[in-house]
Amino acid sequence: MWSLLRPGLVLFIILTIITGLLYPALVTGIGRLLFPQQAAGSLIVKDDKIAGSELIGQNFSAPRYFWGRLSATAPNPYNGMASGGSNFGPLNPALLEAVKARIAALQAAGSQPDSLIPVDLVTASGSGLDPHISPAAAYYQVERVARARSLSADRIRQLVEAQTEMPLLGFLGEPRVNVLKLNLVLDQIR
Amino acid sequence: MTTQAIVLLVVFLAILLACTKPLGLYIAWVMDEQRRGNALETGLYRLCGIRADAEMNWKQYALAVLIFNTLGALFVYALQRWQAFLPLNPQQFGNVTPDSAFNTAVSFVTNTNWQGYSGESTMAYLTQMLALAVQNFLSAASGIAVAIALIRGFARHSATTIGNFWVDLTRSTLYILLPLSLIIAVVLMGQGVIQNFASYQEATTLDTTTYEEPVLGPDGQPLKDAQGQPVVEPKTTQTQTLPMGPVASQEAIKMLGTNGGGFFNANSAHPYENPTALANFLQMLAIFLIPAALTYTFGYRVGDTRQGWAVFGAMASIFVAAVIAVTVFEQQGNPLLAPLGVDMQASDLQAGGNMEGKETRFGIAASGLFAAITTAASCGAVNAMHDSFTPMGGFVPMWLMQLGEVVFGGVGSGLYGMLLFAILAVFIAGLMIGRTPEYLGKKIEAYDVKMTSVAILITPLLVLVGTAVAVATAAGKAGIFNPGPHGFSEVLYAFSSAANNNGSAFAGLSANTPFYNTLLAIAMWFGRFTVKVPVLAIAGSLAMKKRIAVTAGTMPTHGPLFVALLVGTVLIVGALTYIPGLALGPVVEHFMLWPAH
Repeated sequence: MWSLLRPGLVLFIILTIITGLLYPALVTGIGRLLFPQQAAGSLIVKDDKIAGSELIGQNFSAPRYFWGRLSATAPNPYNGMASGGSNFGPLNPALLEAVKARIAALQAAGSQPDSLIPVDLVTASGSGLDPHISPAAAYYQVERVARARSLSADRIRQLVEAQTEMPLLGFLGEPRVNVLKLNLVLDQIR
Repeated sequence: MTTQAIVLLVVFLAILLACTKPLGLYIAWVMDEQRRGNALETGLYRLCGIRADAEMNWKQYALAVLIFNTLGALFVYALQRWQAFLPLNPQQFGNVTPDSAFNTAVSFVTNTNWQGYSGESTMAYLTQMLALAVQNFLSAASGIAVAIALIRGFARHSATTIGNFWVDLTRSTLYILLPLSLIIAVVLMGQGVIQNFASYQEATTLDTTTYEEPVLGPDGQPLKDAQGQPVVEPKTTQTQTLPMGPVASQEAIKMLGTNGGGFFNANSAHPYENPTALANFLQMLAIFLIPAALTYTFGYRVGDTRQGWAVFGAMASIFVAAVIAVTVFEQQGNPLLAPLGVDMQASDLQAGGNMEGKETRFGIAASGLFAAITTAASCGAVNAMHDSFTPMGGFVPMWLMQLGEVVFGGVGSGLYGMLLFAILAVFIAGLMIGRTPEYLGKKIEAYDVKMTSVAILITPLLVLVGTAVAVATAAGKAGIFNPGPHGFSEVLYAFSSAANNNGSAFAGLSANTPFYNTLLAIAMWFGRFTVKVPVLAIAGSLAMKKRIAVTAGTMPTHGPLFVALLVGTVLIVGALTYIPGLALGPVVEHFMLWPAH
């Protein structure tokens, strides 16, 4: 027993130091050197204040902004301290209620009641922090945003088009629009 | 399936296939017991008092595995219990509760990485790095070691030993896992995965958020009004806390070691863990890389690479069928949303399908493929919430786990698990034709079949008994989140995940309770080591046997016939064991969601 315990213990300590301290320290050093912006969280700084992260979605509910995915984080949506999804099963009545409430909110804010609503706009993301919506979900909101800002719908549509990212090499990922970045661009229009 | 989903699967398999031989050869070279270590390695052994040339018999090997992993569990437990007094804890998180710390310690040591806690609000950076990420390396390395020991059992004859665990562990950690993790971590950082030791950042958001917060009473529990409804107060906020931490280094080994324990609660759905589709692709590849390569290592070491490709073929055929099934069902979407005017059709402008619990950047194709990979392998990382999958879309990942994590499976454990099924397959074939079964020139005898049966039957026992206990007790039922058959699925999924060392969840289940923390920890521990020990016993028994010559009566174990037999054995054992349970959960739910017209 002792003949196995001593090698086990010393080896455990050494491998712990290598993989648990030296390795993450090395990766951190490389990150600082090669990708300082990304390693620090892809933060957006506006007027010397952190306005968010390119990668982390924010909650939008004003009609003049594009809205993102539903977020099931508690207690408030897009809470960075509590990432996660709704975990509603497909038959859970609470899922239908959440979808209906979102549709009602979209219509109350002035979306056209007759057109089909893109599914990603009425469902919660897995992380609760999804920074993107589909281009379909963005176009669905163009009229409303244009009206709230007294701008032409074509102008807004062009902005959405310019902010649309396509799948890498045509098959990696989905077409998407970063909601925070789009809204930041919108706010710059005077 | 959309064209995009097909292209994604084909490209993924092509790249995996291209990596299998070179990495398999490299692993064979690294783990070759004849190769002398370099000066650094021999110095390390001297420091530890390890005699690298002294091999172990299977009992010593198994004892070393158990001792090493027990030490690991104690350390992970201790670090969580004392993290408040230790450095690198900028958010000043308190010590983890005893039952949660126990569960997490067992979970990470057994390569399960089931997570009852929520990372960003529980674990200090030191705990993440020094306790959890270290076990990501070491549990994976123990898996590789045991697989290599079993391969030696097949490759050797008339031998009493199966290698030296300390040497196998050191080499797989330092020469396989560490360099590959470093490369993956750097690429992930380039894609946006964070890596820093800063405290959490406060951002001022563009829009204000109004929400309702439950009011807490003096006892810390939410207050309820006369009707039993929680009392809430309206709040507004314009700040968002952005969690930070050394994520990339942990993310790389989390995938490569088929561990799956996320730095954050949302795991690989979190944009800081998995920011882009390219990062996602790399993560998926990292999960299968070593399990696939080990099939080649196996063939190479037993002197016939076709034997390895046959195992690869059996794994790949089950895998492809699973990917197609989950993707098709998820793309169909939720029929209950259609009458509300929701558009679920895939187009150039949206992924469509069942997007509840999925990220826009991954859509259906990359979420479905990820779900199949993470449960075929015993990884358990998720980039979409499995609890919100369609009934049959959720059936697939659950059944992949229940097959015993042998479809590529865990690092090392996938190969030794599949080789157990191969032994069972030749045994069944032997019974059919009335010949003593043999595999790779080794006679398969009563002892080997007994040990195989123990290893194969222990996980179903843990899963089914565990589920039965949970749904029969108040403490177990209290954790269920979704109503109806889906709630039963949550419990069945949890025990399937724990006993098979996967770690993913139907995460609605409130599992961070003393009841689930204890019961699931037991399932994880025995699911890991009551398989590993019989595997080592088989390795020892095989190593001792003489090699028998191939004759006209020998069943070839490298052709399509054997692949079909192997696939059939895996599916039949899996089906016979779990179909009754699955019928009560996802199958019932499917017919409730899609009633016959």
